Amino acid sequence: MSKKLVEIQSLSVAYNGDNVLKDVDLDIYENDFLGVIGPNGGGKTTLVKAILGLAKPVSGSIQLFFDKGSIGYMPQISRFDTKFPISVFDVVLSGMAGKGKLPGKLSKKGQNKAKELLEQMGVIHLRKKAIGELSGGEMQRVFLCRSLISQPELLILDEPNTYVDNQFERDLFNELKKLNDRMAIMLVSHDVGTIAYYIKTIACVNRKLHYHPSNIITEKQLAAYDCPLQIITHGDVPHTVLKEHDKS
Amino acid sequence: MFSLFQYDFFINALYAAVLAAISCGIVGTYIVSKRIVFIGGGLSHASFGGIGLGYYFGFNPILGAAVFAVLSALGIEYTTKKASIREDSAIAILWAFGMAVGIIFVYITPGYAPNLMSYLFGSILTVSHLDLYLLIGLSILLILFFTTFFKPILYVAFDEDFARTQNIPVTKINYLLMSLIALTIVFNIRVVGIILVISLLTLPQIIANLFTKNFLTIILASIVIGLAGTLGGLAISYYLDIPSGATIIFFLVILFLIGRIVKWILSRR
Repeated sequence: MSKKLVEIQSLSVAYNGDNVLKDVDLDIYENDFLGVIGPNGGGKTTLVKAILGLAKPVSGSIQLFFDKGSIGYMPQISRFDTKFPISVFDVVLSGMAGKGKLPGKLSKKGQNKAKELLEQMGVIHLRKKAIGELSGGEMQRVFLCRSLISQPELLILDEPNTYVDNQFERDLFNELKKLNDRMAIMLVSHDVGTIAYYIKTIACVNRKLHYHPSNIITEKQLAAYDCPLQIITHGDVPHTVLKEHDKS
Repeated sequence: MFSLFQYDFFINALYAAVLAAISCGIVGTYIVSKRIVFIGGGLSHASFGGIGLGYYFGFNPILGAAVFAVLSALGIEYTTKKASIREDSAIAILWAFGMAVGIIFVYITPGYAPNLMSYLFGSILTVSHLDLYLLIGLSILLILFFTTFFKPILYVAFDEDFARTQNIPVTKINYLLMSLIALTIVFNIRVVGIILVISLLTLPQIIANLFTKNFLTIILASIVIGLAGTLGGLAISYYLDIPSGATIIFFLVILFLIGRIVKWILSRR
């Protein structure tokens, strides 16, 4: 039996009196690779924010069975002000801010860890650049470094495959598959087609949440879950959604 | 010109120029980077309410302005985070409210309102010792705060949500910074006036940002540029006998245009 990391019970979250999430139950265990899918505005990001403690529930509960600082979080990059004067290196280091005793005082170890990660992601040469000078794919790599530097037990990624090309998307997902040996991953995407191959289980979020304990889901099931999604596929990304695929 | 150094008021003006450059250089970089220039404009105008009350009830208008601006700053931060009022609407309301209160109270104050123009348009040559003490205290506070908490401030300004997940005390830092913004604006009102003070917190940064995209470098460069602007503007205003506040800002705009041209030439090579 693997260790439970997150327990969400009959969670409801509302903005301005409208329920964005209603009666959501979800457990996340170590080694989970959970794909969270659902239509835009269905509450995917709100669910993430609730787990991070950024959105307050109106009812229900969220319990974390580990330190909140051990969540790696990679938000949607469209949310950032890319003109902000901050260097790539500082962005990555900010992922360690919760670990030091004095906020912001960084150990040599943290700096080395940051360099190591940037090296791994192939963006070490960009470390002195301002974040806004990078391309979409480079930026995603940097934000992935930031979410990994604290060596999280749970990694949450919100739409990491927007603004990137297919090559980067494949590299990213293969990287995540490797990371999954060490941490639970919650991957939010509006695009079930591309993530199906990598994830182990699916949660469909459209105000309510339906948990689906496999990575194969049919359009019929999606409809039954009240999760109207177009199944889009791109290029040669493995995209077996309707039937079992061979894992070659 | 050197004969001017014999005069206390001129020495005071030089001190004020240096202190204005330091305080505006630090706080302005935060304002420009976080794109909250409109908040700065709102706070400086809102503070006029405190100036009006100061005239009417007979206390120092700058202290009234400080209270008005800090309360407005905290109010803006609170309403936009807790109540569902849009930030720019909250600013617009406080901006207008402060100006209205100020105008009404200045009007009903019996007799002549001395120095009113120096609050509206600035008058670096008439800064008092109290003004200087306030600016010195503020500058020391800012230097201490920004050197101790530089990284957390940077992280919160860049990505508030993420900073929260890192257990950084985001709310406290935001309220504290809003208060410091309000005080910086108010204590610099005597230098260039309510209407132009926000330029002193943005023009040096915009010029610096043409050449560097590093937060700390922008702070340091803005202090130097701000100093060039205040001293240059002061000298020009003396020789041409025109208002110092407006001349300082006008000179900074010229520096911006020169900066743009230099950047354009550099990028063509």
